[in-house]
Amino acid sequence: MKFLKTTGRNLRRSPYQAMAAILIMTLTFLVISFFVFLIAGSSQIINYFESKPQVTAFFKDDATQNDINSLKSNLLATHKVSAIKFVSKEDALKIYKQQNKDDPLLLDLVTADVLPSSFEISAVQLEDLNSISDMLKKSQIVSDVIYQKDVVSTLTTWTNAVRQIGFGLILLLSLVSVFIMATIIGMKISQKKEDIEIMRLIGASAWYVRLPFIAEGFFYGVVGSVIGWLIATGVLLWATPFLESFLKGIPVLPASITGLLSLLGLEVLLATIFGVISSFIAVLRYLK
Amino acid sequence: MILLNSVSKKFGNGTFALSDINIAVRRGEFVFLVGPTGSGKTTIFKLIIRDLLPSSGDVVVNSLELNKLPKGKVAAFRKKIGVIFQDLKLMFDRTVFENVYLPLDVAGIKSGEAIKTVNEVLSQVGLSEHKEKFPLQLSGGELQRVAVARALVLSPEIILADEPTGNLDPQTSLEIVKLLSQINEKGTTVIMATHNLDIVKNSGKRVIHINKGKIEKDEKAKEAEKEEKKDKKEEEKE
Repeated sequence: MKFLKTTGRNLRRSPYQAMAAILIMTLTFLVISFFVFLIAGSSQIINYFESKPQVTAFFKDDATQNDINSLKSNLLATHKVSAIKFVSKEDALKIYKQQNKDDPLLLDLVTADVLPSSFEISAVQLEDLNSISDMLKKSQIVSDVIYQKDVVSTLTTWTNAVRQIGFGLILLLSLVSVFIMATIIGMKISQKKEDIEIMRLIGASAWYVRLPFIAEGFFYGVVGSVIGWLIATGVLLWATPFLESFLKGIPVLPASITGLLSLLGLEVLLATIFGVISSFIAVLRYLK
Repeated sequence: MILLNSVSKKFGNGTFALSDINIAVRRGEFVFLVGPTGSGKTTIFKLIIRDLLPSSGDVVVNSLELNKLPKGKVAAFRKKIGVIFQDLKLMFDRTVFENVYLPLDVAGIKSGEAIKTVNEVLSQVGLSEHKEKFPLQLSGGELQRVAVARALVLSPEIILADEPTGNLDPQTSLEIVKLLSQINEKGTTVIMATHNLDIVKNSGKRVIHINKGKIEKDEKAKEAEKEEKKDKKEEEKE
């Protein structure tokens, strides 16, 4: 552990270089954290919409129970349907009453006869929504079909775009931070050239010389990632009340503590890899 | 035992730093290497610590053939040799104590033991009261003593002193030589390079004169050879 003392001395004696290395790592992990939040949040929103009935088919008043059962069998036989729920007229009235419980005027006007019975259907895959919808429209007992294809497909498109931009940006920033750190550590090695020569002449092994620089890279990585995570988590916690009101009814927030701590763990691991890789690049380049 | 057998060293620009040098230094011997600047004294030291490899010939130190010594074993080999460099090679951002502590740290000696050893060596070279000072706060003679202390601290079998009295006044120079003699009396082999003949005069030690990369004169070499043969016979008897 003696090399840690040397690492500490190196950090104290060139604080601006250390700060630059920590800042670039902070920026990288801040961006990584934000994109992880965005991707995780949008995935949860999609899951929420996917778990909701995606197609609702309203039956004509003259539809018999046999016709409805027959349609259900036909739909299940396609293997494109993950769930079908029959909502009777009475159930529809209950839902209506629940949704409008604060408006007695609306409640007085509606009875179960007015409301149609319906199927609430979830598809196995979003791509099957069209064919399920077509099948329902062709049925003689169905009066109307509505489905949320647009909401889910738009969200999916956006999430995929965010994911791709995120991965691209994270990759770019990771490369930039690794090379900047390698340059900073390389500069430090160049500054210490005479000291390193002295150490070698008095019998220092290659690892005795390398280890403090590798520990330095590790330090920059870990400190940068922890700061980046702290800022991103702080912003998320601060924005949670606003986001919750914006995403009313969609259970995305508050973020789970376990999830946030897992992210911290993964980021520290990634930072360690970045730090050690960049130190190795510098050490191999400048300490031949 | 240090042996340079028909050693030549040619540099990239074609100049010969050493030409067909033969030197044998016995264990526990004190040898002066005398010659003008650029005569090849430092090159000999660099060959002995394997900082350089000869262009031809063999360098053997304590039965190790340095030409064949794997790179991975060079660090361990160098720990057995204390070197006082011509330019001292002290770390100016470390205190006297830290400079002397470095070889012990490099050798992986435990902190408590290392601190005790450094204090003992600093006391031996008369620098105890300066141990917290930085090199820039010391005089030339004190800096030389720091370099001597660092070379001594691992109790090496061999000490190579490259112009340790350069730029020092005669009084301080004699003190450094006296210090090295005391170390030699305890059994350490000492080779000291110098161009100051006043120091060598009346020393009673073996003196190798070197000029333009060649040995001009090796005083007491014959006596040394006799001693060596005697040592060998004794070793064989044992």
